[in-house]
Amino acid sequence: MSDLEEFRAEVRAWLEDNCPEEMRQPLASDAEHVWGGRRWQFSSEAQRVWFERMVAKGWTAPAWPVEYGGGGMSADEHDVFKAEMKRINARSPVSNFGFWMLGPALLKFGSEEQKRKHLPEIARGEIRWCQGYSEPNAGSDLASLKTSAEIDGDHFVVNGRKIWTSYADRADKMFCLVRTDPDAKKQAGISFILLDMDTPGVSTRPIQLISGESPFCETFFDDVRVPRANLVGEMNQGWTIAKYLLTHERDNIGGEPPGLLKGRDLAQMALQAVGADDQGRLDDPMLRSDIARLEIDAMAFRALVEQTRAKAEAGEGMGARSAMLKYYGTELNKRRYNLMMDAMGGLGLEWESEQTGGGRYAREWLRSKGNSIEGGTSEIMLGIISSAVLELPKG
Amino acid sequence: MILNEEQQMLADLSERLFADKASVDTLRAIRGGSLGADYDTDLWQAMVESGLTGILVPEAHGGMDFGLVSAGLVARETGRRLALTPFLSTAVLGAIAIGRAGNAEQHKQWLGPIAEGALIVALAVDESGKHRPERVAAGATAEGDAFVLGGEKTLVVDGPNADLFVVSALHDGKPALFAVDAADAGVTVEAVTSVDTRSMANVRFDNASAQRLDAEDDALDDVLNAGRAMLAMELVGLSRAVFERTLAYLSERKQFGMRIGAFQALQHRAAHLSVEIEISEAMAFQALAAFDAGVADASQQILAAKARAADTARLAAAEGVQMHGGMGMTDEFDIGFFMKRARVASELLGDANFCAERFARARGY
Ligand SMILES: Cc1cc2nc3c(=O)[nH]c(=O)nc-3n(C[C@H](O)[C@H](O)[C@H](O)COP(=O)(O)OP(=O)(O)OC[C@H]3O[C@@H](n4cnc5c(N)ncnc54)[C@H](O)[C@@H]3O)c2cc1C
Repeated sequence: MSDLEEFRAEVRAWLEDNCPEEMRQPLASDAEHVWGGRRWQFSSEAQRVWFERMVAKGWTAPAWPVEYGGGGMSADEHDVFKAEMKRINARSPVSNFGFWMLGPALLKFGSEEQKRKHLPEIARGEIRWCQGYSEPNAGSDLASLKTSAEIDGDHFVVNGRKIWTSYADRADKMFCLVRTDPDAKKQAGISFILLDMDTPGVSTRPIQLISGESPFCETFFDDVRVPRANLVGEMNQGWTIAKYLLTHERDNIGGEPPGLLKGRDLAQMALQAVGADDQGRLDDPMLRSDIARLEIDAMAFRALVEQTRAKAEAGEGMGARSAMLKYYGTELNKRRYNLMMDAMGGLGLEWESEQTGGGRYAREWLRSKGNSIEGGTSEIMLGIISSAVLELPKG
Repeated sequence: MILNEEQQMLADLSERLFADKASVDTLRAIRGGSLGADYDTDLWQAMVESGLTGILVPEAHGGMDFGLVSAGLVARETGRRLALTPFLSTAVLGAIAIGRAGNAEQHKQWLGPIAEGALIVALAVDESGKHRPERVAAGATAEGDAFVLGGEKTLVVDGPNADLFVVSALHDGKPALFAVDAADAGVTVEAVTSVDTRSMANVRFDNASAQRLDAEDDALDDVLNAGRAMLAMELVGLSRAVFERTLAYLSERKQFGMRIGAFQALQHRAAHLSVEIEISEAMAFQALAAFDAGVADASQQILAAKARAADTARLAAAEGVQMHGGMGMTDEFDIGFFMKRARVASELLGDANFCAERFARARGY
């Protein structure tokens, strides 16, 4: 048996023994997602047990080095691990912006001290992070952000306002883009800092989404004192880190659909909701055709994702290709939710009802609209492809 | 997927060969009748010499015995350069039909000549203008050791040049594959030139003598899937070529005092198209590899690949014409040839609607 196959056998056996049955079922609602953090409350015993066992193994961040609290897996081992998790439909034991976004950025740009402090805290699910990028006047044009950080002794003093900060009211810490040189060209005056949401002067105000939920906030900074040791990378070099982190965010948003449709077959849902004709075909030929086209595009998109991964592992680098994946993956996801609504008919219209778990269909459909906005809009992705991949002339 | 060393070599070889030998000018010469042949005979000869005609033929019969991924690399180049040869009909459909469905005797009789470029084979399956392989009225009856075959076939690619037809016909109420010599007295070939300057045929069989190819039951499915996979790769190559030309034009043509590629309306459409092409190519490669590996859902993957590649190529060609403005509409400019080939290659062996419908059926809805 090759080393990799031995590894597979070990992982499989361990997962079989340690993943509780309840943690092998699709999430019944978004509320069952484990975000972790100082104030986290588990909603079931199985959730807690699964979380603790995985943390103890370092498998919450399987590919991070062991010295930073990760599982130390190679790329191949990580693939095996993911396949084995998928095989039993194991839920993610914990995940938040620390895992998808900050972790990779710290691994690349953080000081040794920062890595040793923050990465294990993330891996152990102790700290929940949020992302302070967007501002009222700096969305797509992120580099025009104005939140300022002035140096005062050993501290930065931060003033300004962020918006659309997902889960700011529930997060423990924020990675934040601030302007540290107001006179430089806009990209050149930005720094990347880490701050604790409990610091005096930080306040948040939840904003309700069209889905009726309020996962994001406006965040205010009023003379917030942040230790200078919390600067990641060099002063005024934050834009490079910000962009690197965005490619990780985009890969995540462009990936497999979350929520209701995760691990569920849209065509089977439609067959159940709409019914079949006398030949067993979905009894709505136009919807059937749309679903087939969607599934074909989804299969083809996965082929590109896998090819891109394989090339990245072979050292070809992702670069601007993550914009391609983000663009197509999110547009695909919106299409998928539209078709789900077409298939569900009346059930999809319910907002407050027990049988839909409080209007899950409608709420998740509405939430999916944000996919092509968050992390850089589809239009911005097309712009990146035009300039960085196709090298078209500038206007 | 990432190409292995052998495949990479083949990719390089075919890229060089086609860059060197194939051109739209030849296509124009064929159309104008000045070449004196209805396919690119020089290129075909060069393909024979580099072994490409035997790419799917077993080594025992003088071939290279590579898989569909390798054949696809050649097909991609034929799309990029609009190469006009009987590669699909003979080296792919013919070689696979005889290889999978023929017996040892038949292998010996035909596979060697395919590899040597001494035999042109045409697949005669369709009986109506839309690809419906299961709609078969042609029939064959046993006469001693041999068979006699009757029926009419259409959309027979390379029919006018064929030495041998592989024909689907009913025997005892069940569909099977037969081989019919084109020189047989019972064979009548009516040549048709298609919009892409290729030779197709309507073929009538009246008591033509036939040999049965019956080693494997589902051989026809394999043959058709291999053909669809090749067409998908050809369409991917074609999309890339049109897109390269269009990108070059966007960076060169000026209006309103700037290069038209600076207009965001065009940039976003070009960017979208580039993503479509990447995705269709990744799908096609994955499907070909699945076929080679005998993966259970390989046929679904091939249907997906063909459907997508067809839509992508037609989008690439349509955007190509539009973004070239009036120039794109002229016969003098090459892009129209790509649009015509995209139309034909999309239709052959099942258009995108056909493929999507079969895909849905295979997935149980
Ligand atoms: C669900 C959700 C969660 C989010 N979470 C976070 C978070 O946690 N942290 C955070 O910092 N931010 C977050 N965001 C903010 C997100 O990053 C911004 O909304 C996004 O970057 C767009 O900025 P904007 O809203 O200001 O829109 P604008 O930039 O004002 O865009 C408006 C429209 O104009 C288009 N447009 C803008 N510029 C161009 C151009 N150059 N060419 C063509 N079209 C253009 C856009 O594509 C869009 O359609 C979140 C957003 C959503 C929807």
